[in-house]
Order: sequence, then structure tokens, then C-alpha cells
Amino acid sequence: MVAAVMSDAAPSAAKRRTWTTSINAWLLLLPAIVLLATFTHYPILATLYHSFFSLGRSGPAEFIGLDNYRYMLDDDVFWQVLRNNFIFAIATVPTSIALALLMAVWVDKKIVGRSFLRLAFFTPTVLPMIAVANIWLFFYTPDYGLLDQFLRFLGFAGHNWLGDPATVMSCLAVMVVWKEAGFFMIFYLAALQTIPPELKEAASVEGASRWYFFRRVTLPLLMPTTLFISINALINSFKLVDQLVIMTKGGPNNASSLLLYYIYEVAFNFWDTTYAATLTVTLITILAAVALTKFVYLDRRIHYQ
Amino acid sequence: MKFKSKALLTAGFMTLASLGATTAQAVDLTMYYPVAVGGPVTKIIDEMVQGFQKENPDIKIEAVYAGNYTDTMTKAMTAMKGGQPPQLSVLFSTDLFTLMDEQAIVPIDELAGSDGKEWLNSFYPAFMENGQVGGKTWSVPFQRSTIVLYYNKDAFKEAGLDPEKPPATWAEMAEVSKKLVKKDASGNVTRWGVEIPSTGYGYWMLQALAIENGQKLMNEAGNKTFFNEKKTVEALQYWVDLAAKDGVMPKGAVEWGTLRTDFLEGKTAMMWHTTGNLTAVKEGAKFNFGVAMLPAKEQRGSPTGGGNFYVFKSATPEQQKAAVKFIRWMTAPERAADWSIKTGYVAVTPAAYETETMKAYVKGFPQAIVARDQLKHAVAELSVHDNGRIYKIVNDAVQAAVTGSQSPQEALESAQKQSERVLSRYK
Repeated sequence: MVAAVMSDAAPSAAKRRTWTTSINAWLLLLPAIVLLATFTHYPILATLYHSFFSLGRSGPAEFIGLDNYRYMLDDDVFWQVLRNNFIFAIATVPTSIALALLMAVWVDKKIVGRSFLRLAFFTPTVLPMIAVANIWLFFYTPDYGLLDQFLRFLGFAGHNWLGDPATVMSCLAVMVVWKEAGFFMIFYLAALQTIPPELKEAASVEGASRWYFFRRVTLPLLMPTTLFISINALINSFKLVDQLVIMTKGGPNNASSLLLYYIYEVAFNFWDTTYAATLTVTLITILAAVALTKFVYLDRRIHYQ
Repeated sequence: MKFKSKALLTAGFMTLASLGATTAQAVDLTMYYPVAVGGPVTKIIDEMVQGFQKENPDIKIEAVYAGNYTDTMTKAMTAMKGGQPPQLSVLFSTDLFTLMDEQAIVPIDELAGSDGKEWLNSFYPAFMENGQVGGKTWSVPFQRSTIVLYYNKDAFKEAGLDPEKPPATWAEMAEVSKKLVKKDASGNVTRWGVEIPSTGYGYWMLQALAIENGQKLMNEAGNKTFFNEKKTVEALQYWVDLAAKDGVMPKGAVEWGTLRTDFLEGKTAMMWHTTGNLTAVKEGAKFNFGVAMLPAKEQRGSPTGGGNFYVFKSATPEQQKAAVKFIRWMTAPERAADWSIKTGYVAVTPAAYETETMKAYVKGFPQAIVARDQLKHAVAELSVHDNGRIYKIVNDAVQAAVTGSQSPQEALESAQKQSERVLSRYK
């Protein structure tokens, strides 16, 4: 992503391209275009198209304009899962980024057992979400789950963690942060190693404190990475719903349901495919807005080396 | 050149030979089935299928375990929309309207042959209710159940209660539960009085309570629900009060899947669960336990539950015939008895209870007969058009109430409003 932005910086080069090179370029791009068009762009357009039609369960499907969208705005569950999704994003994205940065700075130093630490931090990322969810399900099980056993040992009462609408979202957020942070750490680690050591030397000659150096040099130089990670984390928070299938099925009373999981339910439990298409269009719009903000607005404000 | 024609000829012969082989070959059938209870159910099904194939070498059945009921329905419907439906499946008996609306299935009556009527009449009428619409039979009962009360006799004794006298009314159940609750020194509950599961099949439990309170939840045409009736609200209120007021049930959602473990571990002295779990409880219990009909308010009662066989419309006539042959074999008295003994599900025909194996089993284990006896109080399970959506609406309402985020009245009013909106299409 960073590289693409950088090549844009030389616009005059494009004018000098001859016919042959541009055909050559299109031919090279063709396989990717065909794949993207077949599996991404066409499905998006088809989804949009279907969202304007009735289900046609009894009779043929009819064009109904914006009826599905009106139904959606009137659907309490839709608003709840949307709200849940934003809460989930706010709870997981900043936390996992902060944690990733902390871990990266830590394992960037020359300390004993560094490889082991790096491996340990990265392990949750390697595990499949389904396996992770099954393990954490056991942690949260009331009475004989790990968490309750621990609390009981300390003399506290147990709690029905996933069965209580007040706690279920936090429980899932903690698990997702645990799983995601290690992955983002890798990006920070790579970025930290590209910072030239001369800067550090110069700073120490000038007598800058370590905190000052981190705040005024390291952090700004990490900004492109932070942007990249935050966009990815935000998109992930809309994309990642595997844990719901295993742990809560979106319950109790939709307290932990997210937009994508609701789309799955509407499409494959209720068989209301046109309404599912409507919800999907909404999800795509949200994600496209996030991506556009990045490409159009944020990229201009961030200092690339 | 010569070589080429020779090769072509050989190829031709081979094609002919394989064509000949397919005509004489077995009818291939694919069947999806769900598992909703404990125990080695997939193994039992595989053994039954093998037994059938041994007797009928001209029919080949691939039995595919497809998850719980919802998963299996999802899988069958996805396969159908993808153009490769199974030829038969075990699905929720209550998915009937959805399957009919999707034009996925065929009636069984015509496929069953001359003595078909007699065969279909041999089942318990309570189990046939969910499968008959408009004078036709669309499905055949297989893994059918009612909800029963499992109770820990040792816990009853310990609490000074008569272990042969399970609670018979709502009031009794609440009273007995209070005596069964056990707390440790710091006041934490180590054993609950009773647990009614509120995830997965919350609508089913609510229906049981409503029936006992003298209220049905849907009309026969499957396009009207009665969620906000006074008696339904009372039913949910009783359920909520067990946790909120009486303190005999854990607060929050009680998980369907782990409830059996809770009971076996002694975390709860009583539980409401499907009789389909009976054999798994029997194998796992390290204490004496009893099984009783659900307690009554105005009357005894439980919805029936579980899965039926369906035959798919897209199958060829031979496949449909073969499928019905298989279904008849699976539900024959000896097999039904065997299936019931191995799982705990109610055997689907009275004749199964007349077999020698069943008689001997019931003699040594009288708990096995409770669910069947309860059939005379049983009512068809909640089944309406767009069933998946309605179930979700009711389950959400139940969970909203048991977690305390809405009062039973509010939760059920909202459920009724949403259901009416969904069902307005089918009037």
C-alpha cells in the first residue's frame, strides 16, 4: 500500500509511456482483473441488484424499489447489531494497537529470550479462530470454567459471563484483542527495524530523554504503520465473526451479535436472501467509506519517509 | 491409425460396460441428519444404515452428519439452491412450512404404496401432527421427543425430600427447588434447584410452560402466533421468577449444550431437557436419578419435538421410492425400539413398545416410559411459516426476559409485533 502511494509521486513518468508498454501493462494486469471482476465486483453489483427485489417465495420476485431498505431502517435488530459493531470496534481497535506497539517495542530490544517472547506473542495469531473460541468458551463457562474457578479461589462469586448481556461483549473483546495484537506486533516490529540507528545516536548526543525520543521521533515514523494497522483492525472488526458461531450465536438477545453474523442468520437461517443482500450492501458501504477515508484523506496527512 | 481405432473401440466397450453396470447398480441416496443430544449417535445411525444396506443391496445410502438441526437445515437448503440436494433428510418436524414454501419436498402418502395409509396410521398421532397439512403427510416421525424433568434422587434424599415424589405442579417445583439449593460457607451457590435451558431451544421451553398454563402458541394454518396473551406472559414470568425471585436457578442465559453436564456434575438438582438425552444421562450419571413428566399449572403438557424424515422433490421417482423404503425400515417396530433404547428418544409407534426388547428394557429402566406416557398431554411443536425467523424472535424474547433486560410483558409484546410483521405475508 505504501509503495503504491509512493509511485504516484512521479506523475510525469506516465506521460512518456508508449502504446506498447501500456498494452504490456494491461496484459500483465489481466489475470488479476479477471479474478477481481468475477469474484469481487460482479458479486457486489449482483448483491446491489437483488436488494431491490422481493423474495418471491410465493410468486415471482418483483422489483420493489427501496422497500427492503425501509424494512431495514425499521428493524430493531439491525440497529442493535450496528451499534454492537461500533462498540466492538471501539473496544478492540485502539486496545490491540496499543498492546501491539508495547509488545513490539519490548521485543525489539536486545534482551535474553527475545525469540521466545516474539514467538509467544505471535502464537495466538497462528491459531484458527474456531479453536481459540472453543478454548475461551471453557474459560468463560459459569461455575466450572477457568475464570470462575479462579474467582472462587479468591473468594468471589462466579458469574455467567457469556449469558449476561452486560458482560458478553467485553468478554468477546478481550479474546479478540488477545488474538489480534500479536499479528499487529509483527508490523510494528518490522517498522521499528527500519528506523535508522543514527537518529538515536543524534538524539542521545543532543541529550534527548528516551521518552522524548519515542514521542517525537519513533512514534511519528511509525505513523504509516499505525494507519495501516488501524484500517486493518477496523475492517477486521466487521469481518471477524467466527467466534460468535461457537460462543454465543449472537445471544443473549442479540447482545453480542455483529452485522456480518446477522447477515449470515438472515441469509442462511431465515432464507430471506434479498434482505440479506440489503444488509450486505450496507456493510459494503461502511467498509468502502473506511477505505476511502484512508486513501483520500488520511494518506495526505501522514508523513512517509 | 490401426492402433487409434482399436483404442476407440476399447473405449466404446468400456463406456457400454459401465452403462450396463449403472442400470444394474444400486440407487444412490444421500441423507443429511442432525444430532442434538449426547451419546454416540453418528455411530448408531451408521450401524442402522449398514444393516439396511445388507438387506437391500440395490440401495446405497450415504448418511451425512450435518451438525445441529439449524445447521442441517442450512446445509440441505444450501445444497438444494446449489443444485445438488440430498434425496432425503432428517430435519426439524417444524421446518415443514418453510420446506413447503421453498417447494423442496414431496408428500409421502403417494410414495408409500398400497398399504401406505395403514403404515402412516401406525404412528403416535401426536407425532404426526407436525407433519400433516392440507390432508397430506409430508414427513415421517423419526427422532421424536418430549421435554421431561430429570431429577437427582440422591439430592432429593439429602434435602429431606421423597425421591419417589417429583414435583407435580409449578408451585411444588418452586418449593422443592428452594430446599434443593445448596450454598458454600461464603454464600455462593454450589447446587441450583432447577435449570431450564434458555439458549438454542428457548421457544420450546416457553411453549411447554405456555401449554401447562393452558395457552397454545400458534394456529393450525401456521400464520398466527399468541405470544402476548396473558397466559403466555404468566408462563414466562414463572420462568423468570425461578431465577430472579426464588433464586433457585442461575441468573442469565442457561446454556442448552452444557446443561446435561451441569446435571451430571451435580451443579443442578433438576433440569428440563429432551428425553432424547435420556441414554446419555443414564450412561453418565454417578447418582440415582428419576424422570418425571413436566409439572402442571392448569394441566400437564409438553410440546413434541425432534426430527422427521423428509423426501426431496428433486429426487428421481426411483430414488423417492427407495427413500421411502429406507424410512419404513428405519421406523419399523424393532428398529424404533432399538433406536429409543440407544438414545432415549420416544419410539414413534405403539407397536415398538410391544416388542420383547422394549418390554425387557422398560422393566429394568422405567424412566424410559415417562416421555411416551406424557404423549397423551403433548401438543404439536411451534411451527409456522418462516419458522427460522419466528424461532429467533421468540428465543430473543426469552433471553431478554431471563437476562432481565426486558420484562416478560415487554419482551413478548415485542415478539408478537415482530411475528405479525413477518407472518402478514402468509395470510
